[in-house]
Amino acid sequence: MKTVFAQSRPNRQGVMPARPASSKFSGVTAAMFLPEELLRKTPPALPQLAELDVVRHFTGLSRLNYSVDGNFYPLGSCTMKYNPKFAEVAAALPGFTAAHPLLAQLPGGEDMVQGSLEVIWETEKLLCELNGMDAFTLQPMAGAQGELTGALLIAAYHKAKNNKKTKIICPDSAHGTNPASAALAGYEVINLKSRDDGLVDPDALAELLDDEVAALMMTCPNTLGLFEKHLPALVQKLRAVDALLYYDGANLNAIMGRMRVGDVGFDVVHLNLHKTMSTPHGGGGPGSGPVGVSARLTPFLPGPRVVKNTGSADSTFALNYDLPQSIGQVTPFYGHFGVYIKALAYLLRLGGEGLSRASDYAVLNANYMRKRLENHLAVPYSDLCMHEFAASATAYEASGVRALDIAKALLDKGYHAPTIYFPLIVKECLMFEPTETESKETLDRFCDDLLNILEQARKDPDALHAAPVSLPVRRLDETRAAREMVLSDEL
Amino acid sequence: MNIPADLKYCETHEWVRMEGETAVIGITDFAQDQLGDVTFVELPAVGATLIEGSEMGSVESVKAASDLFAPVSGKVLEVNPALESSPELLNSDPYGQGWMLKVQLTAKPATLITAEEYQKLL
Repeated sequence: MKTVFAQSRPNRQGVMPARPASSKFSGVTAAMFLPEELLRKTPPALPQLAELDVVRHFTGLSRLNYSVDGNFYPLGSCTMKYNPKFAEVAAALPGFTAAHPLLAQLPGGEDMVQGSLEVIWETEKLLCELNGMDAFTLQPMAGAQGELTGALLIAAYHKAKNNKKTKIICPDSAHGTNPASAALAGYEVINLKSRDDGLVDPDALAELLDDEVAALMMTCPNTLGLFEKHLPALVQKLRAVDALLYYDGANLNAIMGRMRVGDVGFDVVHLNLHKTMSTPHGGGGPGSGPVGVSARLTPFLPGPRVVKNTGSADSTFALNYDLPQSIGQVTPFYGHFGVYIKALAYLLRLGGEGLSRASDYAVLNANYMRKRLENHLAVPYSDLCMHEFAASATAYEASGVRALDIAKALLDKGYHAPTIYFPLIVKECLMFEPTETESKETLDRFCDDLLNILEQARKDPDALHAAPVSLPVRRLDETRAAREMVLSDEL
Repeated sequence: MNIPADLKYCETHEWVRMEGETAVIGITDFAQDQLGDVTFVELPAVGATLIEGSEMGSVESVKAASDLFAPVSGKVLEVNPALESSPELLNSDPYGQGWMLKVQLTAKPATLITAEEYQKLL
C-alpha cells in the first residue's frame, strides 16, 4: 500500500454536504484578525483523493492490523479489553472535536470551553475517588510519561524538604519502564530481588533502605499476577526514612473498587487509561497516563490546573496558573483530551459498582484460564492469581518446543499471541491476561485450541517449528530483522 | 550443556579464562541458550575500568536485553571486534570466537567459582 500522499492526484476530492453555517459567523475570515504577513499565500499541501480512495486506504490499513475488534487478544500485562463504542460517541461530540485547545487560554475564552474544562475537572475527581488520592493531573500522554512525571514529583517533594535523596528502588518483577523513568529523573536505580513466592519481601527492602532512598516503585498486583501482601509493612519501613511509595497502575484492572491505593499509603500513582478505562490501545489510539498524588505532593503537580469557582449560583471552571511549587507543564495543552473523554464516559457508564465487577470478572477469567491450563502448562507461582498469570513452557523444551513456537502456533488459530519471555524471572514464559470483556465461550475456545497445540508439541514438534502456516507471511526471521533494520512506508 | 572444566565462572553466567595476568571474558553456553538468538552486544571500550560484580555492558536477543556483569576487576585491553557485526558468534561459539573482552587484572578475583560449582547452580 502507498501512503495517501503518494496516492494524491490534483483536484480529486470527496463530498460531504456542509452544515449550514451559523449566521453569527457568516463572512468571518482569518484575514479580519490576522496581519497580512501571517496569511497563507498558497494552499496547504494536503493529499487530494477521492472518497473511495480514502475509504479503501483506511479499511486496508485496518485489515493489516490485529485488533480486539477482530478476535481475542490475551496479551499479558497489556489489558487489551474491548473498547465500547459509546465512549467513541462521547469523544466525537462536535463541542469537543471542534474546540480549539488555545481557546481556554485566551482572554474570555474560558467561557467558550466550560464543558471541556468540566470534563478535565470531573475526570480528575472520579480518579481521585476511585484510587483514594488527593489530586490528579491528566497531562501525561502515556504510562511512561506518567512515570517520569511521578518521579519528578517525588524529586520536587524531597527538594522542598531539603532531603538528600539519590536512589529509587525497583523490584526485579517491575516493568522495564520503572527503572528507566527513575534513571531519566536522575536517580540511581536499586534492584530489589523478589522472594521465592514471587512477592516483595519487607526484610529484603529493609536491607536496601537508607536515608538516600527517595522512593520504592511497585506494581500491584505484580507482573506475575500476584497480589503484594506486604504493602502495609513496606509503607511503614519507607516512612521511617521519609521515602515515598509509587504505584505503577499497569495492573489496576485487578483491584478497582476493591483496594484504593491511597488508603494503603501510596503517595504517587500513574494510571493507564488505555488499559484500565478501556480507551483504545497500541496502534488503535494514543494513550493517557494520569498521575495522582497524596495531599503532601499536590502543590507540585503540573500546571495549569482546572479549578471550580463556586462563588456564584452557576459554578464555572477556570485554569489556574498560580502554582509556585509546580514542576511545570509536562505536555502541550492538557494531555490527550480525546482519550480521557472516553475514560470519563466509561467511568460514568460503569459507576462504582460496575468498575468493581469489571475487576472481579477480570480476576475470575484469569483464574478460570489458569485452572484449565495448569495441568499442561506449569504456572510456577501457582497461588490464586489476580487478573493475569505467567505460565512456563519448560516441560516442552526437551522436545525442542519453546514458548516462541507455541505463540506462533496460536497465530495460526487466529489469536494474538500472549506476551512471551516476560517477566524475565519465569523461564520460557507465556503470560496471559484475558480481561473481563471476554465470554466463557471465548475462553473455552482459546483454551481448547491451546491444549491442542500443546498436544501437538509432544507428538509432532516439527509442525510447531513451521508455524505460522496460514498467515500472509510465514515465520519471520526476527533475528535478522533486529540486526538489519529496514524502515519503509511501503506496506 | 557445555561447561569447560578449565574455565572459571560467575553466578551471572559469565566465564573467565586466565592467561597469566590477563583474563579473557565471555558468556556461558547456558546463558546463550537462555537468551536465544543474540542481536546486539554492548561492551565497554578499550581502556575502561571494570569493577568485579558491576555492570559492564549488555546483550540483546530476540527475547530480552540482559545486563552483563564484570566477573573480575581490571582494565580492558581488547574488545572482540567480530561481535559488532556478528553477534551470532555468542550463540555458535560462546567459549571460542564469541569471546568478549581481554582484561588486565588490577585485583585478585574474589567471587569466581569452578565449573563444578557452576554446574550445580543450573
